[in-house]
Amino acid sequence: MSNTLIFNLPDVGEGLVEADIVSWKVKPGDTVAINEVIVEIETAKSLVELPSPYAGVVAELLAEEGQTVEVGAPIISVQPAGAEAQAEPEKPGGDALAEALPAAPRETPATATATATAAAAAAAAAPEPELKPLVGSGPKADAVKRRPRRSTGVTSPITTTADAAVGNAAPEDTSLANAPAGHHHGVSDSSPAHHAPHVPPVPAAPSAEPAGLRHRRADAQAAVSRLLNRVLAKPPVRKAAKDLGIDLADIVPTGRGGEVTKQDLLSYQAQRDAELDQAETFWAPSRKPQEQRIERLPVKGVRKATAKAMVESAFTAPHVSIFVDVDASRTMEFVKRLKASRDFEGIKVSPLLILAKAVIWAAARNPSVNATWTDDAILVKHFMNLGIAAATPRGLMVPNIKDAQDLSLKELAIALNQLAARAREGKTQPAEMQGGTLTITNIGALGIDTGTPIINPGEVAIVAFGTIKQKPWVLDGEVIPRWVTTLGGSFDHRVVDGDLSARFMADVAAIMEEPALLLD
Amino acid sequence: MGAEHLPTSEFEIVELEQALAASDPADAPDMVQLLDADGVLQFDARFSPFAEHLDAEALRGLYRDMFLVRRFDQEATALQRQGQLALWPPLLGQEAAQIGSGRALQPQDYVFPTYREHGVALTRGLQLSSLLKLFRGITNGGWDPREKNFHIYTLVLAAQTLHAVGYAMGIQRDQEDAVSVAYFGDGASSEGDVHESMVFAASNQSPVVFFCQNNHWAISVPTEVQSRIPLSNRASGYGFPGIRVDGNDVVAVHAVTRWALEHARSGKGPVLIEAFTYRMSAHTTADDPTKYRLSSEEAEWRQRDPLSRLAKHLRGAGTGDTFFDEVAAEGEAMASAVRAEVLAMEGPEFEQSFETVYADPHPLVAEELAWHRKYEAGFADTDRSGEGN
Repeated sequence: MSNTLIFNLPDVGEGLVEADIVSWKVKPGDTVAINEVIVEIETAKSLVELPSPYAGVVAELLAEEGQTVEVGAPIISVQPAGAEAQAEPEKPGGDALAEALPAAPRETPATATATATAAAAAAAAAPEPELKPLVGSGPKADAVKRRPRRSTGVTSPITTTADAAVGNAAPEDTSLANAPAGHHHGVSDSSPAHHAPHVPPVPAAPSAEPAGLRHRRADAQAAVSRLLNRVLAKPPVRKAAKDLGIDLADIVPTGRGGEVTKQDLLSYQAQRDAELDQAETFWAPSRKPQEQRIERLPVKGVRKATAKAMVESAFTAPHVSIFVDVDASRTMEFVKRLKASRDFEGIKVSPLLILAKAVIWAAARNPSVNATWTDDAILVKHFMNLGIAAATPRGLMVPNIKDAQDLSLKELAIALNQLAARAREGKTQPAEMQGGTLTITNIGALGIDTGTPIINPGEVAIVAFGTIKQKPWVLDGEVIPRWVTTLGGSFDHRVVDGDLSARFMADVAAIMEEPALLLD
Repeated sequence: MGAEHLPTSEFEIVELEQALAASDPADAPDMVQLLDADGVLQFDARFSPFAEHLDAEALRGLYRDMFLVRRFDQEATALQRQGQLALWPPLLGQEAAQIGSGRALQPQDYVFPTYREHGVALTRGLQLSSLLKLFRGITNGGWDPREKNFHIYTLVLAAQTLHAVGYAMGIQRDQEDAVSVAYFGDGASSEGDVHESMVFAASNQSPVVFFCQNNHWAISVPTEVQSRIPLSNRASGYGFPGIRVDGNDVVAVHAVTRWALEHARSGKGPVLIEAFTYRMSAHTTADDPTKYRLSSEEAEWRQRDPLSRLAKHLRGAGTGDTFFDEVAAEGEAMASAVRAEVLAMEGPEFEQSFETVYADPHPLVAEELAWHRKYEAGFADTDRSGEGN
């Protein structure tokens, strides 16, 4: 398996440093062709599909879905087709063969094999270049790391002939045998004679073959372990650890390449189970090493965006929140009738639909709630891009229904369903979240009565829809059970004064109490 | 809103709507079209004579060019996604505008391209993989412009229009039979350089053709926001002809460009051609167009795909599957050859930067080079990954 090809996460934008793995389109054992889509990643800029640079069989996926990977880190290894015949692992842009035979086409492994033999002498079994920096304007994968310098005493005198350079390299080679893995990477892919100062130690060709191979294997492993920057384990072990809730970092690895083996995991689990049996409560201190009593969740992606938007809104827009209790019994009846009607067959109908319609209706009567504050003007929108706050696998998203004012009740129901479905699947596109004018947050879905929502930046009003449940309600002097809900609203006081917010909320409440008013 | 509301780069919907209302199709200039959406040839008294020489073989040649450059564009995009290129500006959708105009040029004519003129490069006979060197970050150019009279890609757009006019003024002084062609886009047309170049071109009656590919989007800004009038109308303000041509109609683009080249070559001065086309892909691989335009708009333009229009015509005129299969196979072979060439491209040695400071050896540079070699030799490892930049 030493000649698998490794694909490192490229910088697909300009200057990106990391990306999240969204979904793998292949799994180990799958055959892939060049340019076949293998993975979807999400960068700070967009969702991007990556095409395979190699043809062959997927050996390993080196990053999990959901994982944030640094640019330059390996994400997949591919066993090339006809790999057993291929002498050299093919590395992008760093191929000694290309220099030896520039005209040789390299598209098929068969040709590569033929040239490999021919170029073997030229390559002189020099250690393969380790993973080169990506071509790109972004930060280098590991540029921050200082390269170790020789102590001044052993610095080789500058020479300009290849012979001398090779001679000087000999003692260095021995010293490196004791050095920690990861320091010995041959780099120059060009003919040694032309670039004397950079020549890696090159042993004489005939005797070097086994040593070269050994070095190469060690180099490849060292390169991987250095760049991976995380605990090594094969995917089955990784998955088992995940299923068991075990952090691989807690396990002492004994594998040959420093990886956690299946045996390591099993013995750790046995030990942990024994400890767990002794532990008494959830809070028992013995479960985790002291430094892991507090779990660190990195702030990134949607979480980061949400935090920024909320702080921005909460500290720039003076919020005023008001509440109103509503007898929504007629809304419940209306929803029931809609569900039964043939016209709405196959369409999911919920009280949220009536609320959405009520909000659109009330905003038309009180246009200033559907606006944007700028320091010198209030921009009142004569259209309603109705935002619906949605908990999605990627976090809180507020996609909106464009021009919701133009939609019939049925069209609105369909739009709501589509929006919810896309959000649940995590397929909400950035464009769907832009240009919102007013937002509804449906906290009632979780059984909550009401709350004080924070306004979506760029808007001046948000309506919180509490749960609808049967409560005692006084009607004509008698206490009777009715379907009651609480509507909450937060408004930007720079735009919406108390009387306006009250009128708007009263209008929304009026529709919830009597949906028939929508007919006028 | 209203008069006190200053326009910003983040244009308001209202403004956009006003602009769209202003660009009523009824006010739009006549657009030259010789191959309609169904692939049927139309007659135009002024321009059809300039397409008469296009027989079936020539049309198949144009199709082949368009197909190959599209396939090349796909491969380059994939190479960028694989980390082999830092960036790539795709040309998807603009094949007809580029191939049609490029194939109208004479060898002595000189092209000043933007960074998206891959199709024109193909017609000039450049090795396509050489276009990728710049985007792989291993050179500042990639080819010798004088070999094929195709200038290096301009990155700071609109500057090339000035270069083109300067070159055209040189042609006048050398009394050559050549025409200088400035390629630019709707975005660059908003920049000052284009104005200056048109003023000088008109003033000198220089032999230059301004070939504007209006692909509708200056990154994220639509043309309607940049110009209240059709771009081709601007030419009359400078005093030379402006023609809007269907940029997805390779026959019309070819005919109009031939007409314009003849006009300029015969000493009648510059011409502005606005090729009305559409960038069907992202601005560059670092761009996400879903953030600023609707997929319905893209879908609409996809139906006007320049390749399928010509394919329709060719099939209607009796070209069979064999031809299309051959072109497809040729495209695959070309793509894998390009891939192999790119993967074999090596960056320049760092020491080269010492060589290009002075034409002749210089003691200070020699001293600095010696210091650099000593510094490089001082590392305990031989990993040079931190080097460069």
